[in-house]
Amino acid sequence: MESHLLAEASASTTRGLTITLFLIFVAITLGITIWASRQTKTATDYYAGGRQFSGFQNGMAISGDYMSAASFLGIAGLIALYGYDGFLYSIGFLVAWLVALLLVAEFLRNAGRYTMADVLAFRMRQRPVRSAASISTVVVSIFYLIAQMVGAGALVSLLLGIKPGTTFLGMDADTAKVATIILVGALMIVYVTVGGMKGTTYVQIVKAFMLMIGALVMTFLVLVHYKFNLSTLLGDAAAQSGKGSAFLEPGLRYGVEKATATETFYSKMDLVSLGIALVLGTAGLPHILTRFYTVPTSKIARKSVIWAIGIIGVFYLFTLALGFGAAALVGGKAITAQDKAGNTAAPQLAQALGIKYFGGDTGGAILLAIIAAVAFATILAVVAGLTLASSSSVAHDFYANVIKKGTASERDEVRVARISALVIGAVAIFLSILAQSQNVAFLVALAFAVAASANLPAILYSLFWKRFNTAGAIWAIYGGLISAVVLVFFSPVVSGSATAMFPDSDWHWFPLNNPGIISIPLGFLCGWIGTVLSKEDDTAKYAELEVRSLTGYGAH
Amino acid sequence: MTTEVPSESSTERYQNVQKSEDFQRLRHKLRSFIFPMTVAFFLWYLLYVLLSAYARGFMSTKIVGNINIALIFGLLQFASTFLIAWYYARYSSRELDPIADSIRNKMEEGAE
Repeated sequence: MESHLLAEASASTTRGLTITLFLIFVAITLGITIWASRQTKTATDYYAGGRQFSGFQNGMAISGDYMSAASFLGIAGLIALYGYDGFLYSIGFLVAWLVALLLVAEFLRNAGRYTMADVLAFRMRQRPVRSAASISTVVVSIFYLIAQMVGAGALVSLLLGIKPGTTFLGMDADTAKVATIILVGALMIVYVTVGGMKGTTYVQIVKAFMLMIGALVMTFLVLVHYKFNLSTLLGDAAAQSGKGSAFLEPGLRYGVEKATATETFYSKMDLVSLGIALVLGTAGLPHILTRFYTVPTSKIARKSVIWAIGIIGVFYLFTLALGFGAAALVGGKAITAQDKAGNTAAPQLAQALGIKYFGGDTGGAILLAIIAAVAFATILAVVAGLTLASSSSVAHDFYANVIKKGTASERDEVRVARISALVIGAVAIFLSILAQSQNVAFLVALAFAVAASANLPAILYSLFWKRFNTAGAIWAIYGGLISAVVLVFFSPVVSGSATAMFPDSDWHWFPLNNPGIISIPLGFLCGWIGTVLSKEDDTAKYAELEVRSLTGYGAH
Repeated sequence: MTTEVPSESSTERYQNVQKSEDFQRLRHKLRSFIFPMTVAFFLWYLLYVLLSAYARGFMSTKIVGNINIALIFGLLQFASTFLIAWYYARYSSRELDPIADSIRNKMEEGAE
């Protein structure tokens, strides 16, 4: 509770400083965006940043796109509150990159042009496959966007020192959260519509750099505090948590032993389901897939993924220190008093470290402001990447290829992409206001489950299965998408539990929080059934796809 | 989306390349690496998830101080991911890229 009182004392200093730092970040990135917009002339510039990024630059940008509010705020919060179980996310999020590296990145780069659907529709009938891909891209992106906006809302109430029951500029806590969500939404629309992929990529690079430095400094301070003895840090975290050594073991949050055997079974299945969704989701995320198009060749796409694995891996090691550090130095009580789901553990840790190592309250306020600005930058950049990927898909797949049947001019296509960015942003803003009581890492895991169910089966079948056809692609996408979304809708996440989107109603019948264990196999199964039920079998076109995806011949 | 309209001859051309010995060798070398490796890391990861769910006693065994098997197992997942990424980069630049480059160059020469 101590740091909590200090938080109030230094709230006004923090506010001013954070707002200043945040404005500086916005000014710099807006400058980059406007500069990039002057160089954005063709559709390739807008969608793929001119394909001129290097392996390291794109590796940084991939990391920037990937290390979202979920990674920084969500995982740190989960570890701080539930100990070891939060670490499971770090592991799943990292191992997932092997699927992207081994099975997807290079082939997608070779055979596609702007969007995921370029590869899915390569040897299929264009209109139905592109419509399906476009819909699933938008749905996955919206799930992911909700998580980011919820993170932004939690963050701002910490920064502005608003807790439930207090006011800021005449707004109560809830109104201020909503105002922030709208502000973040508006800024992202500016980045995407003005800067396109080139602007967004530079924003990601700047952000990834800031986030790595911020996390490194905090990790270093935590380790200094414990004289670089990991065991002491863990021991202190376990003692402070009041849960003893159970805090360092799996089972406090996921796979909890319950009163009845059935409940325990569901609880453990939920853990397995989450684990599978995390590892299979990454290679189906539209905003990650479009990143592979920003480099000139598949070899550079490979290099960029290797860089990303290195950067992201190191970052997730930092999350251990951040999460257990927050548990030990801030304490679970102070964290849940600020945000029930733990989303503010990392910035609260920054404040505690600042107070200890940078001269008291002012130091605490400064470090909090810096880390909060980094977290804001993180959210803003990821939101921009997501909005770009989904609006690109609407414009390139749905408008240009389905509605205009390939006759739209590049200028028209880019205009539609900009309008779609606006609409998708607005929808995400609205939905995120409903989901504010959820942990953001958990919300992102839902997006991963939807991506793994709807997109991954279709991508893998397209690339590696000769017999796969239009009906198979449509079945795979809609089968995976509908089963994942329906199961989420009837899960305890939406109704029938205290933290649900609609806590006062109960229409849930699906016992698991994460649908992956059912919906991912269903996506694969539907793709197979759809394929064998249809007679379409274009081996000639598969020859072209296979030759192009493996050799890079004819790549854009 | 392909920009060129595939004529009969270009379709045949892709099929001929696909049948060629070089391409089959590339395809075999690629698939015999990525598929078993995917199965291996996926099972290794699944083992970790299942142990976290069902073998709590084993996972909570302390090794050094407060560092238990669960933490070490998690860190081993990091190590295996880094190792596989590094090994794949090495394998593909030594074994796959030369064949892919030569096929592509031949096709590009033939296209002119």
